[in-house]
Amino acid sequence: MMKNLKYLLFGTIFGLILYKAEVISWFRIQEMFHFQSFHMYGVIGGAVVTGMISVMIIKKKNIKTIDGEEIKIVPKKFTKGVMIGGVMFGIGWAFTGACPGPLYALVGAGYWSIGIALLSAILGVYLYGIVKNKLPH
Amino acid sequence: MIEFLSQPWPWYVAGPLIGLLIPLLLIVGNKPFGVSSTLRDICAATLPKVTDYFKYNWKEKTWNLLFVTGIALGGLLGSTVFKNPEPIAISTETKSDLNQLGIQNFEGYVPSDLFAWENIGFSSLVLLIGGGLLIGFGTRYADGCTSGHSIFGLSILNWVSLVATIGFFIGGLLASWIILPLILG
Repeated sequence: MMKNLKYLLFGTIFGLILYKAEVISWFRIQEMFHFQSFHMYGVIGGAVVTGMISVMIIKKKNIKTIDGEEIKIVPKKFTKGVMIGGVMFGIGWAFTGACPGPLYALVGAGYWSIGIALLSAILGVYLYGIVKNKLPH
Repeated sequence: MIEFLSQPWPWYVAGPLIGLLIPLLLIVGNKPFGVSSTLRDICAATLPKVTDYFKYNWKEKTWNLLFVTGIALGGLLGSTVFKNPEPIAISTETKSDLNQLGIQNFEGYVPSDLFAWENIGFSSLVLLIGGGLLIGFGTRYADGCTSGHSIFGLSILNWVSLVATIGFFIGGLLASWIILPLILG
């Protein structure tokens, strides 16, 4: 538990960034899908570019973890679900104005009705787990 | 510093800071950045394990459950100590588009016309419950969300994550331009 406690701190920083940059705003998400501001594209694009450069440096310099382990990066595999599930996810994203990170952040920020969306998302995963083997993958 | 903490952060501050979480998580604990798998962990930890999908040792994901608890704490910190000025400065075009959907109040982070307790009606529930179900089901079917695919996946140059991100946007555009006006109109 103690060794995991640092992740609570990292999560708090992430949540605060999401709040301060208004990424968790329903209005910002509608604005993004209407292409009426660069803001959200800048946030996501800025994160991707920074992440990309970081991963490149880690690979090139063969940087290890602080415990001296080899860093393992496992790419996700393609299934039909990536497309079908992706579109479903996108609809939910525009409906609630939030993806999973912001759902947690909004509930933390006291937007209690968003808790309905978070509980529904957990239920959605549960339903997926039940019907998973019947779906095209 | 106080000035900085009481103002909204521009994209060129927030974007790179979020991106730095990727090497931070990798170097500190060899962990991939991604939020939505915690929804599965919560199922595995709290609900009956009806299928194999939930039969795994979710305790190994304690780190990520703490991470998302932190996200909620970050939201709490933001909304109390480091509050942003409101209403958010969204574009006037977006405002007039949303006005047409009956949204008048732009205070706060979610439209109180839809999501304040006293205003919750049928269409609000469609958005919250329907949207939540689609997020949960969709993100596990697609094996990732905005963080795991659009940020981490694209950062490691995985084409699968590009496909997922395009899917997210097709769904979002469909909902924002066509389905939302149908529900709220």
